[in-house]
Parts: sequence; C-alpha cells; structure tokens
Amino acid sequence: MMWEACVQVMLKPGVLDPQGETVGKALRTLGYDEVQTVRVGKVLKIKVEGADQAAVAARVEEMCRRLLANPVIEQYSFQLVKESEG
Amino acid sequence: MAERWENVGLTAEEYDRIITILGREPNDLELGLYGLMWSEHCSYKHSKIHLALFPSAGEAVLQGPGENAGVLDIGNGLGLAFRLESHNHPSAIEPYQGAATGIGGIVRDIFTMGARPIALLDSLRFGTLDEPRNRYLCSGVVSGISGYGNCLGLPTVGGEVYFDSCYRGNPLVNVLCLGLVPKDRIVRGQATGVGNPVFIVGARTGRDGIHGASLLASREFDESAEEMRPAVQVGDPFMEKLLIEACLELFETDFVVGMNDLGAAGLTSACSETAGRAGSGMELDVALVPRREEGMNPYEVMLSESQERMLVIVRQGCEDQVRQIFEKWGLEAAQIGRVTDDGLLRVRENGRLVAEVPAASLSDQAPVYDRPRRRPDYLDETSAFDIDQIPVPEEYESWLQRLLQSPNLASKEWIFGQFDYMVRTNTIVYPGGDAAVLRIKGSERGVAVSTDGNARYCYLDPHLGGAIAVAEAARNVVCTGARPAGITNCLNFGSPERPDVLWQFRQVIEGMSEACRALGTPVTGGNVSFYNETSGQAIHPTPVVGMVGLLDDISKRCTAGFKGAGDVVVLLGSNRPELGGSEYLVQRTGQVTGRPPRLDLDLERAVQETCLAGISAGLIRSAHDCAEGGLAVALAECCFLSSTDDLAPPQLPGRTPAVGVQVSLRSEMRPDALLFGESQSRILVTVKEEDVPQLEEIARSNGAPCTVLGMTGGERLMITGGPAGQQLIDLLVTELWQSWQSALEKLLGE
Amino acid sequence: MRAAVIVLPGSNCDVDAYHVLREVVGLETDYVWHQEGDLSRYDLLVIPGGFSYGDYLRAGAIAKFSPAIQEAARAAAQGRLVLGICNGFQVLLETGLLPGAMRSNESMLFRCRFVHLRVENTDIPFTHEYKTGAVLRIPVAHGEGNYYADAETLQELQEHGQVVFRYVDETGAPTAAANPNGSLANIAGICNREGNVLGMMPHPERCAETILGSQDGRRVFTSALAWWRNKGVIGRG
Repeated sequence: MMWEACVQVMLKPGVLDPQGETVGKALRTLGYDEVQTVRVGKVLKIKVEGADQAAVAARVEEMCRRLLANPVIEQYSFQLVKESEG
Repeated sequence: MAERWENVGLTAEEYDRIITILGREPNDLELGLYGLMWSEHCSYKHSKIHLALFPSAGEAVLQGPGENAGVLDIGNGLGLAFRLESHNHPSAIEPYQGAATGIGGIVRDIFTMGARPIALLDSLRFGTLDEPRNRYLCSGVVSGISGYGNCLGLPTVGGEVYFDSCYRGNPLVNVLCLGLVPKDRIVRGQATGVGNPVFIVGARTGRDGIHGASLLASREFDESAEEMRPAVQVGDPFMEKLLIEACLELFETDFVVGMNDLGAAGLTSACSETAGRAGSGMELDVALVPRREEGMNPYEVMLSESQERMLVIVRQGCEDQVRQIFEKWGLEAAQIGRVTDDGLLRVRENGRLVAEVPAASLSDQAPVYDRPRRRPDYLDETSAFDIDQIPVPEEYESWLQRLLQSPNLASKEWIFGQFDYMVRTNTIVYPGGDAAVLRIKGSERGVAVSTDGNARYCYLDPHLGGAIAVAEAARNVVCTGARPAGITNCLNFGSPERPDVLWQFRQVIEGMSEACRALGTPVTGGNVSFYNETSGQAIHPTPVVGMVGLLDDISKRCTAGFKGAGDVVVLLGSNRPELGGSEYLVQRTGQVTGRPPRLDLDLERAVQETCLAGISAGLIRSAHDCAEGGLAVALAECCFLSSTDDLAPPQLPGRTPAVGVQVSLRSEMRPDALLFGESQSRILVTVKEEDVPQLEEIARSNGAPCTVLGMTGGERLMITGGPAGQQLIDLLVTELWQSWQSALEKLLGE
Repeated sequence: MRAAVIVLPGSNCDVDAYHVLREVVGLETDYVWHQEGDLSRYDLLVIPGGFSYGDYLRAGAIAKFSPAIQEAARAAAQGRLVLGICNGFQVLLETGLLPGAMRSNESMLFRCRFVHLRVENTDIPFTHEYKTGAVLRIPVAHGEGNYYADAETLQELQEHGQVVFRYVDETGAPTAAANPNGSLANIAGICNREGNVLGMMPHPERCAETILGSQDGRRVFTSALAWWRNKGVIGRG
C-alpha cells in the first residue's frame, strides 16, 4: 500500500523564530493588526510503501527523530494518509 | 492566425532563409530550434556588426571573443578566465531566483573553460528606493546573489550599485566571474573527434524556462511579464557546487574533448555551438536525456532551460571513468549522443529522426542586421543646458551631507556584507574601495578587478560615456597598483529596433573602443542585453565594463583610505568646472542633464602612469579615484576608509575612520563645481612629506598635473577654496561617516 | 601531527583550512572525502565551513550521517582533536558532539564582517597559546549562527568553562551590539567537557596571515600543534 506521510516540523514554543517575527511584522505592516504571532515551520510530504499502518507510522517517527527534526529546537508531528492500494 | 514563423519570433525573410538552408520547409521542432538560436539573445543579430569594432587582439589574450569566456595570460603559467553577463529580465520577474540563476550561468561559463572560479562581482541598477517595488527588487536580488554565491564558496569581492528612475521596472543584474586555468589546459566548447560520446551531466531536465532567457531577453518588457513567472528557473547552488568540483576533477584527466554549459536555449544551443565551433556534427537522442517531469516531447527537451546542466564531450573509451567521477560527486551523467562529421545536428527520439539541420546554421548563420541609427532629439536639449541657470548655493556642507547619504554614494556595506567576500582567502583588498585585489596563491602576483559604467554620462553623450566607463574602470584598478590588462563588458540597452537606441549603442561601442586602444586593454568578450524597456521607455544606455589588472608584487598593493595623520594629500590631474551629468546636479535639479565631463585620453594615461609609478616606487600610501560626487566626496571617502595600523591594506569594511583631512583648493571656478564636479582623470593620493618632490618629478616626466592640496590629520574634514579662499566644508568625520555608513540600511533594512 | 580536512559535498572552506594548516602552520595535512571510514591516522580532524548538502533541511543535518563524521565522533571519544568551523560547528551540534543548536541569524540576513571575540577559556588544546580575555579580530560569514541552548545546558556550559569564545566589542565587552547573530549569551564557540572538540562560528582560518588583515586566528591551529607536541599536556610559557 502507498501512504503519504505529511510531516510538520516547527520550532519548539519558546525558541525564537526570526523568520516568523519578520513575517508577523510584514503582515501587520500590511494592515493585519489582528496578527498576534507567526511561527514558520516546514512541511514534508513523504510517499511511503508499507502494508501495516502502525509499522509505517513507526518508521516515519524514526525518520523524524533521526533526521527531519532537530530535537534541541524543533518538534514534529505527522499524519498518514492512505494513497492507494499497491 | 499567426504565421508559423511568427510563433517563434522570426520574420518572413528569416523563414525563407531557413528554407534556403534546408532546401525544404522545417518541421515544427526544427523551426523551434531556429526561432531560439536566431533570437537576438542567442545570435546577436542586431549587435554583431557593431561589436566587431572592439579591439580584441593583444599579446596577453589567450582566448578572445567567441568562446564561453575570454582568457588573459597572467604569467606563472596561468590564464585568467573572465566574463560579464546580464540576467536582467529574469530578475525583474523574480528577483531572488533571477539573480541566483544569473550567478549560476556565469559561473558555468567560467568552469566550462577548465578554470577554477575564484571570485564574483555584481553590477546592479535599480529604480529609486522611494518606491516599494524597487526596494523589493533590490533586496530580492541581493538575497539571491547571497544565497547562491555564498553557497558556491565564491567570494563576491566587488561591483557597483546605482539607483535611477530609468531602471524602474527593469533592474539590471550583471554578474562578472573570474577563474584561473593553467594556460595549457584551457578547455574549449568544441565537439571534435568523430564517434566521441556526448554526455549531459548534472540536474535533470524539466519544463522550466522553456523560452525563458532567450524569449525574455529578446522582447520588450512590460507589466504583463509578471504572468511569465513560471518561465523563470529555480537555481540549486548545491548542485552547481558539485558540478564545479566534478568537472574540475574531470579536467585533471585527459578524458575531456570539449564542454559547454546549458544556458539560454538549453541543449539546442550547447549542441549546435559545440558542433558549429568545431565544424563537426552531432547526433543525439532526446529519450536518453534524464527527465524530472513525465511526458516531455522533443521540443520541450531541446528547449528546456533547466539550470545546473553541462554538455560534456569526452574521448571514446573513457565513458566508464567519466561516469565514475560524476558518481563520486553524486551526479547523474547520461550519454545522449555522439560527435559526427557530417555537420548536421541530428535529433532522434527513441531512434526516430525528429530534426536534422546543419549545426552551424543554428549557431553561426543567423541573419546579421545593420539597422538604421539616428541621433536622439533629447540631446539637443541636454547639451544646451547651462549651469549658470543654477544659482551657487549659500553653503556647501548640507549638500555634501546630502550627497553622502544618497543611495548612489552611500556606503554599500549593507549589500556587500550579505556576500561572503573572504572565502578562499585570496581577497587582499576587500570591497568598498576602488577595486578588489585577489592574490594568486603560490606567487607574488595578484589580480585587481573592478566594474564600472556611468549610464548618465552615456545618456548625455554615449560616445564619451562609453570611453569614460573604460577609463574609470582602468583608473580604479590603477589605484590598487595594478596595471590594466583587459576588459569584458555587458551592454545593457533598450530595443535595437529603435534607431535612437541603436545609435546610442554604436556610439558607446566606438567610445569604449577608443579608450581601450588608448589604454592598451583589449576586449576579451562580452554580452549584450537589449530590450531593457518598461512601457516603451528605454533605460539609459548602460555599458558595464569589467576591468582586470595585474600586480606583480602584491606586497605593494594600495588602498583608498588615508594611512594616518601627517601625510600630504596630492591631486593627480586637474579640476575643471564640470557639473553636467553629476550626482550633485541630479540632486539639485532632479534632472540628468548637461554635458558629461571631458575625457582626454592622453591625460588619462599620464595620470594613471604617474599613479602606478608612485605606488610601485613605494611613495604613494593611498590612492582613490575621484568619481561620482567629485573631489569633496572622494576626500570624505578617503577619511571614511582611513586607518592607522599596518594591518590596513585589505581595508576592513565598517571600521570607524581614523583620521580627518584639511585641504585648500585654489581656484577661480564656482565652489560647487570645484567640490562636486566630476572631472575625469583625477586620482587623490597621499605621500609622506619628504616624498612630495619625488612624486612631482614622476608626474612631470609623465606629463600629469600634480597639485598639493593639504594634509591628513585631526578629526574633521576641512576644505577651503573658491575664488575667495573661504571655508567651504568643516565637518566632523565620524558624524559624516555614520550617516554615510547607515543610509542604505535605513532605506532597505526594514 | 597529521591533520585531515573533511570534505563534505558542499564544503567550501576546506581549501582555506587546508591552506592554513599546510602552508601557514606547516602541518602534514590531507583532504579526506566524507565517505572515508577510517581516519584513525589523524591527530586533528577539521570539519570546515561551507554549505554541506546545500544546508538543505537544516545546516549540518544531513552531513552527520557521513562515515567521516562518524569517524570524527570516534576520534573525539579517543581524545584526539576535532575542530568544527562555521558549517563544521553546525555539523558538530547536529551530531550531538557539542550541545545546543543553531538558528537563523536574528536579522535573517547572511552577514560577512570582522567581529571581535574574547577568549574565555585558555585551558583547552585549541586556545592555550592565547591570553585569557584576549580580544581577537576575526571574520564571521554565516546566515545561521544564532546559537541556542536551554537554560540548563547553558548553565552547564558556563560551569565547566565550555564557552570558549564570546562576541564582544573592541574593548572586550559582550554587548548586544557586538553580537552579530543574536546568539545566546554572545556565544561564538564552545567545546566539549574534555576540551578536545571545539566548534566556532567565526573563521580562524581567514585571519591567520597579516595579508588578510589579521592573524589573530592563527593560534587556534598553533595551540593544537603545541598541545600535540607536548603529548597532550597544555604547556605554558
């Protein structure tokens, strides 16, 4: 079966995000005064093959831990969506 | 319905010419190949006959125009490959990627020659910074250069940035790259040796940029171009870095026969040019080209302008070793064809013939036009301008302050500080002065390099402006102690189909050629960028000259900043009442008008020779060209860049000034012309008091005027002068410096 | 002493580190390709600056899986010397050889300029030839040099003298204005507990010759050599 893992990597709350600050300031400059905070993260879409959802999830979890997120400053989450019967 | 040829941007006559060449009607793919290769961007059909005026011969010229880059002999068995190229239109649409891919393209042109790229310079022009769009374009271009150039590990060591409303909507992004190549190992873009395999290497081919560079650069530009965004390619500097290293490793072997980068017009151009130059033919199968997207047809594969790809022709039998080298660097190398001897470019798809045309007819047989030229009418008005209409101001200090904070004259550190100008540890004069200097490791030698081009002068008098661009670039290089050796150039103009633009183009080339001959600097190559217009309004004619000079002994290199207190300030050259086209006049009147300063090439040479001899004799302790903003601004800059310690030579940017200066300018002319006039052929130097007579003697023997102006010292910039010898300027240097240093950041930083 | 400069795909200060080690300091030095799995013959491993793997994903994140970087970890554990400069420092953080992480510069801009550093710890192999508190003139050139560690880690670093370099002004004061990237506590370089692994954002290899405007960085390399000659004892005087 083919799955798509949609991984979100964000800076942990409390870690300064200069990019988010900059975007927030830009939005307010454009007149969106209601903007309180902006945090910028990454989205990774990974196509994975595997029969068992739990096993696929465990592997994706491992990918996040080993490479995709830096646990010192980042946190991650992901969703698995079944793409097709393979 | 449009005629067939119109769809690919050709005329009926050009279509007939194709039929004559082929002896039949071209099929759609073949017509597409001609459309692309016969576009102005690829064929130079409107500029070729004019470019032929450039003096391109010289003893040191190892490679003149016609290859991917020019190469000069710099001694020690080394050649210096260099070229300047524009990426104006892509940058107008998507500034970050436009500038980034501009760097990628010029760097490939250099390592294609077998040269290790060693440095970059950027010559940039934008509209005025009061408009948000221009600020966006400027910041985007700077980020793009930073993102791509820094990642490659190439120092960006210099360049220039000017702002003028004529570049509104049509910024100029010209990039110069330098490289070093062993003289006996120069690689040419030639496909020789029947049966030799042809490889495509690097990134996979996608649909990006089909008709990108060629089409964008061959038509007029307007607001609707926004919609062309998908035509702009995305750069991958990491891939380019791997390509550089892999190709240079390949050059260590003797496997390579020829190489060409895939730039504008992609495979079509690389294949027809390499075969055309060698007088051979080439056969390739588009099905063998690695793709990034599915379902691409031969037309799309042949025309794709995907970045970071190279065409490599290698010796038969070395295929596996070649593949291994690219594999080491994680790059894909696919054999897509072979060299033939029938002069034809034969394109197949899975073996089926889809196009067959004479290779040289694409690369060399585009029609050449000598279109009508006419002197534009506005020149009557601008040349009749009389400075006496403009009253002499009541005081000069606020005008100096205003000039130093104007984006054209303010410190550019906010920009060049985003570029890594030190990587490779060869930069021994950092950005911010007249020219950058790079050492050649393993020798005593160095290379000085500068870009220059005052478009206002060219607008007011293209012949004179062209000559000044060369003279000033040479002067910049001379101020470091280097002898000018050769130039490359990029000519940015409006539509050549307009007689007034083409007249300017021709005049600029004539002026540049005259100066090149007088100063002994051959033209080793160049690039033309036409159609720089927005809504029917052409930019000022903007030739950018990239000048390289050679230093035999880098320990004698010179910089612009004063070296402590107690040195005598001497002017080589003379002041004339010339305010036409000056930054001061633009600030005062809002207009680019008047006659540009005169240029006497004999005087220019005398001043340059005096400066070189004074530096080489160890007399001259600082040297700075008097350019935009005139003598007052030049004096201020010498203070800003001043230092007291002996570690000063690289001229560290951003340091607080060390010393002031006090000068007296005896002259009958109006004080604003004296302070801010932009007379040519002037260099401000400092020497120790006891060395003044010796410098005067050198000047006399060269026939250069030489005047003692004053002395360095104190904390103030003090200028007295004018008919009455009154106090014109008396300001604290650090205060002036702070506003000069922070002006651009204030405009662009937020 | 034998030194290796590890070449990762995208390294670009490898030539500069090599030049200083070989031509300026006079060490036997080799380039080693990142795929090399046995670096036991080297006493000093330098992970140079650059953009390994294009800095894609995060600076230094992909490089940590290279065999040569794994070897650097082994060398560190054995007490041999490991120096990470700029991107090399980022790699050391990603591998966990040094604590903390790098974020984008506070200004969001790549900055290339000379800054001042104060040497905070002169009791490690890389700095013992400096005077404690010495102020160095040295270049930075990076877009992601904004050092971060949580409060606990920071405290540990300070307690164990692991903060080796701090950004300061000309007079040696660690002011906010002297901090080019927003780094926590003006931190420019840190070492491990043992002191044999040093990571620093500024480039000592760019200021080891007077012709480049400063030679304040040279002692990072000569200290390492002297330490090795002294058989791992920090010599004074």
